[in-house]
Amino acid sequence: MQKTLFDKIWESHVVIDDNQNESADNSNGPALLYIDRHLVHEVTSPQAFASLKQSGRKVRRPNLTIATTDHNVSTESRSLPIVDEVSKTQLETLSRNCKEFGITIYDMKSPDQGIVHVIGPELGFTLPGTTIVCGDSHTSTHGAFGALAFGIGTSEVEHVLATQCLWMYKPRSFLINIEGNLSKRHAITSKDIILNIIRKIGTDGGTGMVFEYRGDVISELSMEQRMTICNMSIEGGARAGLIAPDKTTFDYLRGREYAPNESELDNLIEFWKSNLKSDENAGFDRVETINVDKLAPQISWGTNPSMVVDITDSVPSPEEYAKNDENKRKLAIRALKYMDLKPGMPMTHVHVDRVFIGSCTNSRLEDLMEASLVVKGRKVSTNVRAMVVPGSQKVKLQAEKIGLDKIFKDAGFEWRESGCSMCLGMNPDILLPGERCASTSNRNFEGRQGSGGRTHLVSPIMAAACAIQGHFVDVRNWL
Amino acid sequence: MERFEDIKSKLIPFDMTNVDTDQIIPKQFLKLIQKTGYGGFLFYDWRFDQDGTPKKEFVLNEPKYNKRQVLLTRDNFGCGSSREHAVWALYDYGIRVVIASSFADIFYNNCFKKGLLPIYLSKDKVQYLFDLAKKDDPVVDISLANQAISISEKTISFDIDLTRKKMLVEGIDEISYTLSFDDQISNYEKASKDADCNKFMVKN
Repeated sequence: MQKTLFDKIWESHVVIDDNQNESADNSNGPALLYIDRHLVHEVTSPQAFASLKQSGRKVRRPNLTIATTDHNVSTESRSLPIVDEVSKTQLETLSRNCKEFGITIYDMKSPDQGIVHVIGPELGFTLPGTTIVCGDSHTSTHGAFGALAFGIGTSEVEHVLATQCLWMYKPRSFLINIEGNLSKRHAITSKDIILNIIRKIGTDGGTGMVFEYRGDVISELSMEQRMTICNMSIEGGARAGLIAPDKTTFDYLRGREYAPNESELDNLIEFWKSNLKSDENAGFDRVETINVDKLAPQISWGTNPSMVVDITDSVPSPEEYAKNDENKRKLAIRALKYMDLKPGMPMTHVHVDRVFIGSCTNSRLEDLMEASLVVKGRKVSTNVRAMVVPGSQKVKLQAEKIGLDKIFKDAGFEWRESGCSMCLGMNPDILLPGERCASTSNRNFEGRQGSGGRTHLVSPIMAAACAIQGHFVDVRNWL
Repeated sequence: MERFEDIKSKLIPFDMTNVDTDQIIPKQFLKLIQKTGYGGFLFYDWRFDQDGTPKKEFVLNEPKYNKRQVLLTRDNFGCGSSREHAVWALYDYGIRVVIASSFADIFYNNCFKKGLLPIYLSKDKVQYLFDLAKKDDPVVDISLANQAISISEKTISFDIDLTRKKMLVEGIDEISYTLSFDDQISNYEKASKDADCNKFMVKN
């Protein structure tokens, strides 16, 4: 039988299949899947550890889990104490739990600290063909390596700690072909591609499914660009998004801390090459193709990540967005009111107060390098407060080695310490009510970046150009 | 996990699509380290003004909806963040059933860990219930055992996977259940040590 990449990873991790599970009484019951890798952060884990302790259980395989602090940490200075007592308690709780259960933690003092989905790949913890979970919906990021990676709730964090397994209902498969040629179109990034996909399929287009991204464009993308695409799979409703590993993937892994050593890696690569791809005639439950040849920079106007237009477009009317769906029309009316936008207004006329370059979607070295090309030699608009928050301490250090910090600081950007920061505003980095932000993050939900704050999702170069100009611009004219 | 007991309640017509977990429980309330005490923060930014005054126009603030246990809503409820706090907040507030035309995957899955019953129905049936709630506002009987929502003479049946149903009805502790398969898990671990795809070098 022809199998998809997803089928293959799934099958190689089934400990108990649904037919053996006597309690199921039906053939579509859950399977018990083995979990190879578990990432933990401070926000969704305290209750899991507490409950584990309460029931007197141990962590089954402490060396298959790593932890970091990212959501709550201050990005201002690592030498300052944390002012917020509640945040401090959460950070300290994670450290204590990791110590007690023998889990490696990359905390605020560590040179490897960073956003959980940035450091996993960076450390070589993320490997092709593995199953990876984390109490965080953007775990889909790791699918860029051909790993089956998905977000889980706190009860499942506890379940994985205790059993190294999870009960899963097998999702269906959704192939997304990305065709065209990006080589001469430097202003079109993987962020534009994924925003365009979500715009087309909607925020629930992938519900109950796992995406596989494929096509000429995917093959040409770097690992960091692939991560941006897989990261936002959840915004299209899919818990996981996969890309078959190739030479780009294998080259990325060499020399990383947790990655297998050279000779072992070579053997594994041979295995991965022949096993980690969908069979030629494998069937998918749904297939969509997008062509990037005429793709313009994408920008969100509303309060969910499917409310997206081209930068050359105007704010749509509720009717244009809804296409005869009354519930969607109501949603659009609400979104326009929240965003304080009027239909017909060109997107390039929208002014911003803040610019945020960061998050698990767009805070890696290439993102910062691209943004710096736009920023170099220019100044941030006087009406804008702009910040760059590198995804990890390593990204920060690498960026500083090549002088990116200087370019950003000279232009008037704040250059911060690593963390989730203003993507969700759990630390002091938040929008004030009514403030409008060009953000490289993944969610433009109401209040996401701060109660009453207004978010427009864009690529790093679009955000950078917006910071300079004070309003959105078509960055294609700049590069 | 809490056992699910059958429910008799009127509906809370929550006429929204795409309600994300950031709205159900905003991030400023994710800093706690317990599983309880989130009910007061449910839909916080929608329920309260900046100064903490309840917003009159918000549905949960209407006195007649007090203490109702069934939330009726539309497509893609619970999308976005994986925060299980969303389920804890709904449960803590007193909600025991959410009826929607569709749910986001992680939220749907999280419901079963707490004992909150998510019921998905066709858009037409959801619309019918909205019409009913706005007109007669009847008490509905929800039986998990019978997979049925009964409103006076009419009964709407709903689908639920049998394993999930059993977990809810019996309030089974999932971890204990899984640990009863310890031999199979150990066998898998031994076997995969020799399998190429799992020959990972793990530090320490």
